[in-house]
Amino acid sequence: MRQWKIRSEVEGSDAEVKTKPTQLSPLPFRPPTSAIFDQMATDYIVGIDLGTTNSLVAYMQGDSPVVIPGEDGLNLVPSVVALDEKNQVLVGNAARRYLIETPERAVYSIKRLMGRGVEDIQDELKLFPFQLADDLQPGEVLRIKIGERTYTPPEISALVLRQLKRNAERFFGASVTQAVITVPAYFNDAQRQATKDAGRIAGLNVLRLVNEPTAASLAYGLDKKKHGIVVVYDLGGGTFDISILKLHDGIFEVIATNGDTHLGGDDIDNLLIAIALDDIRGDLGLDFRRDARHSGEAVQRIRQAVIEAKIALSSQPTAKLDVDLPGGKKYQREITLEVFEQMVQPIIERTVGPCKQALKDAGLKPEQIDDLVLVGGSTRIPKVRRLVQDLFGRVPHTDLNPDEVVALGAAVQANILGGGSEITQDMLLLDVTPLSLGIEVAGGVTDKIILRNSTVPASATQYYTTQVDGQTNVAIHVLQGERELARDCRSLARFDLKGVPPMVAGMPRIEVKFLIDANGILRVSAREQRSGKEAEIDVQPSYGLTDEQVENMLLESFDFAAEDFRQRQVIEARREADTILTALAKAKKNQAWPELTSEERRSVETLAKALLAVKDSDDYHAIREGIDALNQATMHLAELMMDTAVSTALKGKAMDDIDIEEGPQAGHPVAKADFE
Amino acid sequence: MGAEPALSGSRRAPFGWAPGPSPHNQGGERAGRALALNFVMTHSESKSSLAIPGHAPAEATPSCWSCGTMRAVHFCTSCGKVQPPVPVDYFTFFGFPRKLNLDTAALEKEFYALSRKLHPDMFGQSDARERSWSLEQSSMLNDAYRTLKDPIKRTQYLLRLEGVELEEQSKQATEKARATGELKKQVVPPDLLEEVFELNMHLEELRMQKRMGEDDPALLEEIGKAKLALEEKYDVLFNELKTEWNNWDKSEDSGTADGTEADRRKIVDSMVDVLNRRNYIRNLLRDVNEAMEN
Repeated sequence: MRQWKIRSEVEGSDAEVKTKPTQLSPLPFRPPTSAIFDQMATDYIVGIDLGTTNSLVAYMQGDSPVVIPGEDGLNLVPSVVALDEKNQVLVGNAARRYLIETPERAVYSIKRLMGRGVEDIQDELKLFPFQLADDLQPGEVLRIKIGERTYTPPEISALVLRQLKRNAERFFGASVTQAVITVPAYFNDAQRQATKDAGRIAGLNVLRLVNEPTAASLAYGLDKKKHGIVVVYDLGGGTFDISILKLHDGIFEVIATNGDTHLGGDDIDNLLIAIALDDIRGDLGLDFRRDARHSGEAVQRIRQAVIEAKIALSSQPTAKLDVDLPGGKKYQREITLEVFEQMVQPIIERTVGPCKQALKDAGLKPEQIDDLVLVGGSTRIPKVRRLVQDLFGRVPHTDLNPDEVVALGAAVQANILGGGSEITQDMLLLDVTPLSLGIEVAGGVTDKIILRNSTVPASATQYYTTQVDGQTNVAIHVLQGERELARDCRSLARFDLKGVPPMVAGMPRIEVKFLIDANGILRVSAREQRSGKEAEIDVQPSYGLTDEQVENMLLESFDFAAEDFRQRQVIEARREADTILTALAKAKKNQAWPELTSEERRSVETLAKALLAVKDSDDYHAIREGIDALNQATMHLAELMMDTAVSTALKGKAMDDIDIEEGPQAGHPVAKADFE
Repeated sequence: MGAEPALSGSRRAPFGWAPGPSPHNQGGERAGRALALNFVMTHSESKSSLAIPGHAPAEATPSCWSCGTMRAVHFCTSCGKVQPPVPVDYFTFFGFPRKLNLDTAALEKEFYALSRKLHPDMFGQSDARERSWSLEQSSMLNDAYRTLKDPIKRTQYLLRLEGVELEEQSKQATEKARATGELKKQVVPPDLLEEVFELNMHLEELRMQKRMGEDDPALLEEIGKAKLALEEKYDVLFNELKTEWNNWDKSEDSGTADGTEADRRKIVDSMVDVLNRRNYIRNLLRDVNEAMEN
């Protein structure tokens, strides 16, 4: 599996650049990649909050992060995916009505299933209308039925991500291929990996997974004067996180984090739905739990109504439920705030334990907290606010929109990763791993090697040997969790160290390095020390997709309409034209420009004007030709500039360190190589 | 590879706490250790390959891959580029002397400063090689900070650098005990023998009562008293440890004075002893707390 090797070279996002689907890049031209042009590239890196209920995309506009609205003008894209009668995929608000009309053709709250196996979603199956694929094999990654098709949770999330990507592309008029995506802080390795896979499937190079509460603190602390201890309480649609941070001169250091990846507004909705269904059976004699034909529709109508009531109760003392049931009957009921608060008390109470544990892990008392920030739609519930206020003895900040703050923070992190700007240049996020990493040792016991709340990246080195003469394989079981026994922890993977040189038992000394990267994802490498041989690691991930599976799922390959494809070509060509024109504008200030003959300069100017004239048209071929012509004409200029650059770079550098270009396009920073 | 860099005061990294001009002339076995500069030292003695994270013989060249001048352990002091990781111990990584009294505020400040230079976020736009180095360097930084900022972990780490294999010993003992089906026997510190015996009796009684749903305030008071006494001992032991820290640091300063090696052994042994006793009390306290909470 990917991510598991840290051979000395390429890893991480570079390896994923290839996710740019080949089907989509019939263009022989690759934007110039020399150092000179990299500085000019105006690649947008977006920040994405991939939520249980709603998702958002944001970017840094100058000094402040802003949310990018969809075509409908709305900032929130509901994380709902549906298939229409023609099996066209619908996402967001467009998909919502299918939840009621054809519930079997729509899916929501898929985040709850990310990175999980069949055996650990039994509770979810009872509460959510997820339909598992009929032909699911044991050990296979979950697949969910939507209409006649089946999708894995990362694929469904990828459909949401692709919608956000398209919204951003429409907004910028340029293609977007890089993103920072947020995840609940308490997500384990498998859930993080599944999120990253979703990004890749959607055609995004995921530069970083950022923890949601931490992202929120970035947006909150954008004003660099903030100092002190900040607690972020994040109760969203399906997940709960608590993070305690220390803010100091632009450094955002997470001290402790805790949470529950299956606790949120969804649980309140499900409770209210269950109460309503009981009511309906009692009062109206209708048992929708047993009425398979109507249950989907009934439950969705009730769900819509209880959500509206829940929201209303955040600002009113009473709310009415008024549901038209399938079959013509009506269900009506009034809920008072008092009754509502009694009902949800046990759910809200579940956030207290993680809060106390986080405080204990941080070694802090509530009095030492300077600021309290609330994130997530469920923190609008007055009862939740009171609970948090009592717990920490602080009045929480509510000036940030709890639905948007995470996406805004993701945009800030995207900006930092893109090289930063004036406002973010001193900002640095130091996050932690939420769960301990362990290895199963004799007796089925977990031997913890990286403790929870360790700042990431973090590493641990273990040494293994053989027990039998000539043994060439060693098996290792990697676990995540806090419990003593291996069976109570999350199994991340079993892997075999292969290719251990045959020796007397106990002689080999295999060094295995476990490294949790800045995304909170584990990487493993191994070396036999006596022979210096790199041991081969064969990983069987306990949950999750293989590289090949992800490659095969790249969305565009099966679901990219011809029209989309043409538009995409135009967008990419336009972006290329922009890059070249910007590069040219800058090159004209270079000392190489006057060295051209006046004829050369005139030809370049003419072609640049011609390109400028066609670039905003929708004529792909015209733009393409304009680019190619300008490329040809600037060949000599680029060579001259390269000479200058090299001679500048040479000062103080050894020759073999100058890495002008790697790959087949070496030699000419503007034009493409001659072969394709 | 390349000429051995001359290590002199002027070559110290501009950050960190290189110790004041080092008057002592380390010879032979200790060469290069007390000179806690965070430069790579190609001549540092290799204590074979100890199973200590971040501790192995340094082999890498002291030249920066990018500009070719003198480099630090983590990044080039001349051009600022991140460097491929070299195995150095955590003290050296931070540019600290191998001493146990450590200014944790200074450590934190240095941790933040190095984070700004090494964290992968700073290399979002760099090539794959530099990104991979930054990942490894910043994981080393975080591991080192986590170890050094905690007084007990710091002491244990230093002991391991000195060749004491604390953890491995206990792990072997644990596995052996598991294999033979015996419970791991812990040696009761002699001065605690009587107290521990009595306390264990009380705890057994308490567990029994809890199972029966009974409640005996007198017993709880008795246990509470014992617990307090243990907590006091726990604190006393920490102070004992600190005394040994001072002895250790003094011996680090005195360099090659006569009889040092034997003295150092003695200090190391004392620290191991204090840690073992402290560990024992900690486990005992955990048992007490568990019995009282359940």
